[in-house]
Amino acid sequence: MKMLLKKSRKNQNYIYRNSKKESLTGWMFILPSLAGVSIFYLIPFADVVRRSVTEGMGVRFVGLRNYITVLENEAFLLASANTIKFMLLCIPLLLIFSLLFGVIIKSLNGKAGIYKTAFLVPLAVPVASIVLMWRFLFHENGFFSMLAVSILGNPIDFMNTDLAVYVLIISYLWKNTGYDMILWIAGLSGIPSSLYEAASVDGAGRFKQFFYITLPNLRGMLFIIFILSVINSFKVFREAYLIGGNYPHTSMYMLQHLFNNWFVALDIEKLCAGAVIISIATSALIIFFRNSIQGGK
Amino acid sequence: MKFKNKIVHIILILFCLLFILPLLMIFSGSFENQSQLTENLEPVFKSVNSESKARWYVIPMYPTLKSYVEILFDSPEFFIMFWNSCKLVFPILLGQLIVNTPAAWGFARYDFKWKNTLFTLYIVLMLMPFQSTMVSNYIVLNYLKLLNTRSGIIFPAIFSTLSVFIMYRFFKGIPKTVIEAARMDGAGEFQIFVTIGIPMGAPGIASAMVLGFLEYWSMIEQPLAFLEDKTLWPLSLYTPDITPELTGVYLVSSVIILIPTLLIFLTGQKYLEKGIQASGLKE
Repeated sequence: MKMLLKKSRKNQNYIYRNSKKESLTGWMFILPSLAGVSIFYLIPFADVVRRSVTEGMGVRFVGLRNYITVLENEAFLLASANTIKFMLLCIPLLLIFSLLFGVIIKSLNGKAGIYKTAFLVPLAVPVASIVLMWRFLFHENGFFSMLAVSILGNPIDFMNTDLAVYVLIISYLWKNTGYDMILWIAGLSGIPSSLYEAASVDGAGRFKQFFYITLPNLRGMLFIIFILSVINSFKVFREAYLIGGNYPHTSMYMLQHLFNNWFVALDIEKLCAGAVIISIATSALIIFFRNSIQGGK
Repeated sequence: MKFKNKIVHIILILFCLLFILPLLMIFSGSFENQSQLTENLEPVFKSVNSESKARWYVIPMYPTLKSYVEILFDSPEFFIMFWNSCKLVFPILLGQLIVNTPAAWGFARYDFKWKNTLFTLYIVLMLMPFQSTMVSNYIVLNYLKLLNTRSGIIFPAIFSTLSVFIMYRFFKGIPKTVIEAARMDGAGEFQIFVTIGIPMGAPGIASAMVLGFLEYWSMIEQPLAFLEDKTLWPLSLYTPDITPELTGVYLVSSVIILIPTLLIFLTGQKYLEKGIQASGLKE
C-alpha cells in the first residue's frame, strides 16, 4: 500500500512539483464549509462545554455541579430511561426485520423494484401527514383496539397508557425498514457468490449458508446499520411531538421533549450539561462501533 | 421451487400493502364526503371508550372534491406555511450545493495536513443528534441575532456535514487517471473540479439533494425550537386542532404536504438508494 502511494506521488510530482500546492488547493476547497462548520458548530460547542462547568451567566466556575443537577433531575432520568428503553426494543427489531426482507428481496435477483419502492415510501411521508391516520389506528375506539376486542375481548388504548411507546416503535419500524433494507442489500451484494457456490458443492443447505456465510460477512455492515439506526431513532421525536404535543404520556416522554422544555424555560445550565452528556454518550457509541469494525476484520 | 417462489411473493405483497396502506387511506379519505368522514371518525375524538367504533372506507362512499376546493380557496394560512417550507428548503439545498460540493471534492481528491482529523470530526458531527447541537445553535444564533428568523434555520442546516460525506463517497470513486489526464492537458484545479468532478459526481450530488429534501421538508426540531413567530412556521409543523368536522380539510392538507416529497421520491428513488448506500459505506 505504502509502495503504491509512493509511486503515485512520484508520478504526480512531475506535473505537480510540490505537495505544498496540493495541500493549499485542498484547503481552498474545504475552506467555506470549514468556516461555516466552525462558526455554527465547533466554536459554539466549545462554548457549551465551558458553560457546562460555570454558573448561568458563564462566569463563575462551579465544577461538575450542573452535571450533578442534570443527572439527579427526575425528568432527565425519565426521558433517558424512555429513550434507552425505546432503542433497546426497536433497534434489534428493526435490524432483524429489515435483514429478513433484505435477504428475501436480494434473492429475487433484481426483479424486486416495486417491493423496494413500497418499503421506501414511508421515508417520503412527512409526519404531519399521518397524525390523523395514527389516531385512527391507535385510539381506544380505533382499528387496533377493535382488533384487540375481537381477540382479547377488551379494547386497548394505545395513546394514553404505557403502550404509547409501542405506537412510536411501530412508527419507527414503518419508517426505517426500507432504509436499513437498502443497506443490507448493499452488504449482501458485496459477498462473493463463489463462497455460496463452494458451500453448495460441499452440500450446505440454505440455512447453513445463511449462518456460516451470510451473517459473518455482514458483520462490518451490521455496526454501520446499527449506528445509523440509532441516529434515526432520535428522530422519532417528530412522531411523538405531533401525536402527543409538548407533554405526551410519560412513556412517550423523550429526551427531545425535555430539551425543548428546558429550552422554553431558558435553563442554559442544564441544557449545556445535558448536551455534553448526550454528545459523550453518542461519541462513546461511535468509538465502540469503529473499534468493533476493526476488531471484526 | 415454483410454488415456494409464489409464497415468497405473496408474503412480500402483503407486507408491502401494509407499508403503503396508510398512504392509500390518506388519499382515499381526502376524496370522502365530510359528513361521512365525521360519522366514521368521530369515535377517535372521544376520550372515553364509546359504543360506536371508528371506520375508514378504503374506497370513498360518496366521492367529492369539496375538501380540496375548501383548502385551495379558504385556507390562506395553509399556503403561507407551504411557502414557508419552500423558503427554508430551497435555500438550504442551494447553500449545500455551493458550499458542500467543493468541500467534498477537497476531502476526496487532495492530501493535506489534518485532513483525516477534520474528516473524522465531520463524521462525528454528522452522527450527532439534534439534542447535542441544540444549545450550541442557540448560543450562536443569539449572538448573530438570527433567532426567530429564517436564516437562523437555513445557515446551520447548510453546514450540516452529512451531504459532504455522501458526495465525498462519489467523488472518491472517480478514477485518478481521468484527473491526471486533465492535469496534463493543463487544466487548472478549479477547472478540473467543474468540468470533471461535478459531471462525474452528479449522481452523488443528486443523492445528497434527494436525501436533503426529504429531511428538510419534514424538519420539526429546528423550527420548533428557534422560530417563535408562528407565521414563519413551515408545513411540517402544521397541526391544526383537528375536530371531526375538519377531518376532510385535514386529509387534503396531508395530501398536499405529501405530494412534493412523493414526487421527489418517485423521480429520484435511484439516487435515494445510492445515497443511503453511500451513508453506510465505512470510512
